[in-house]
Amino acid sequence: MLKVDNIHTFYGQIEALKGISIEVNEGEIVTLIGANGAGKSTTLKTISGQLTPAEGTIEFEGESLIGTAAHLVTAKGIVQVPEGRRIFPRMSVLENLEMGAYLRKDKAGVLEDLDRAFELFPRLADRRAQKGGTLSGGEQQMLAMARAMMARPRLLMLDEPSMGLAPVIVDVIFDTIKKLNKEGMTILLVEQNAAMALQTANRGYVLEIGKVALEGPGKELLHNEQVRKTYLGEL
Amino acid sequence: MPLTRVLVGARGSTKAFPLISLEQLEETGETQVSIATIGQQLVNGVTLGGMYALIALGYTLVYGILLMINFAHSEMFMGGAFVGLFAFGWLDNYEFFTGSGFGIALMFLMTFVISGVVIGLLGVLIERVAYRPLRHAPRLAPLISAIGMSIFLQQAVLLWITPRQVPFPNYLPAGSYEIAGISINNIQIMIIGSSIILLIILDTFVSKTRIGKAMRAVSQDREAATLMGVDINRVIAVAFFIGPALGALAGIFSGMYYGSIKFDMGFIPGVKAFTAAVIGGIGNLRGAMVGGFLLGIIEALAAGFLSSGYKDVVAFAILILVLVFKPSGLLGESVVEKV
Repeated sequence: MLKVDNIHTFYGQIEALKGISIEVNEGEIVTLIGANGAGKSTTLKTISGQLTPAEGTIEFEGESLIGTAAHLVTAKGIVQVPEGRRIFPRMSVLENLEMGAYLRKDKAGVLEDLDRAFELFPRLADRRAQKGGTLSGGEQQMLAMARAMMARPRLLMLDEPSMGLAPVIVDVIFDTIKKLNKEGMTILLVEQNAAMALQTANRGYVLEIGKVALEGPGKELLHNEQVRKTYLGEL
Repeated sequence: MPLTRVLVGARGSTKAFPLISLEQLEETGETQVSIATIGQQLVNGVTLGGMYALIALGYTLVYGILLMINFAHSEMFMGGAFVGLFAFGWLDNYEFFTGSGFGIALMFLMTFVISGVVIGLLGVLIERVAYRPLRHAPRLAPLISAIGMSIFLQQAVLLWITPRQVPFPNYLPAGSYEIAGISINNIQIMIIGSSIILLIILDTFVSKTRIGKAMRAVSQDREAATLMGVDINRVIAVAFFIGPALGALAGIFSGMYYGSIKFDMGFIPGVKAFTAAVIGGIGNLRGAMVGGFLLGIIEALAAGFLSSGYKDVVAFAILILVLVFKPSGLLGESVVEKV
């Protein structure tokens, strides 16, 4: 479905990605793990068109995404939930969700999906008129995910969804990721919480300073000695 | 023939909206502060405020989206007045428009539309040539470009149209009403009515329509809006159409109110409207509306009760007070700092 081949992305003079290749197949949860600065978020931003790679190819369902503006990548069905959630703070929960459906013309379908979003996260339903900026971190993460789902993505990209959240909420978020995947959603997940991510994902990539250091099925990586030492905090 | 009133003398166009009735008010004696005086200055102030609010919206719309102050915006006000002058002049040739009340109403409507559209498109063009190439430059660069654009537009009108103050036609029947000692004329009624209607339309547009919501989303988080599929350039173009179009209408109102226009007429109202936008909370649309009316009323009261010479002092003193005690403006949202 998504094929990223040997991309190099620069931030000014700094080469953040030094030839990353990853693949996501339909129906999978794929995770990118790694330390700060390994290039996880940069990879997502390059896929979503916010950054342009200097080299390499990105194909989504057989079509090249290189040079496609970010808002057009969204139109093709790749929707990213950005790091830090990035809720519209002075718009209500409902308006935030409507923004998620910005590109859709099927009003009936949008209304249906609104119901589904509130079903998925009942806490949002109670707060539909509340301003996004007044929600708790966990609620904002739920809203960010629900907002992305309103676009009816073909590929959902999540950047650090567990960041700064209480463990109880992290469980809720990961349960939702699994549930969405069971319903057929393809997910590319970037996480610092390597244990949670690898338990949830079908496959994973371990990034180190702009390169793929390891790749394999999630469970396998979870038991890989190097991963356990470096990312799961075992001695 | 249209009734034209020319404002002459030293208090010409370099003064922002000189309050015509002041001298008369002062003659009545400073000790006689009556309810009628307050009421009269309120009417004058709301008229002035409606124009300030219309101009202020242009500053605040652009600031909300691009975080830049469009210093060329005052020239949209001036340009709107000139396009309005030409549109009136052109339509005046047709008896259909001058012959009946309906024709005159239609003439006003067409002049508003022509001026709004021409200046709106000018605004979009200015963004393309003068600001977009500098979008990723340091923040000072587009500001300087905007000042350059402002000077260019003023000089273009000076050289190619006229360096003189020119009379502005008024096709409204010269009517004036008096209620409890407070007089209000047809021009004031039109300015107050039209600006309130325009403000309501804009408010509805931004809160209800798809592109209006996209504008708010972009001003709150540009990156997130892009990820929702919003085309930033389109939103910017819409903001650069609406703001100048509203400013252009304010220019026509000003021309009618004071009876004349000139190439440098935009400067002081531009500064005042910018002040209004800051008082209300720059980036906040309702703030710009409130700030505009508030500034107009304060100025009129200061002119009525102190002296017309003090109105600018009071206006800018209020600006300083707001900046010291509530820097985000009266309706400004406190900025959420990202961790």
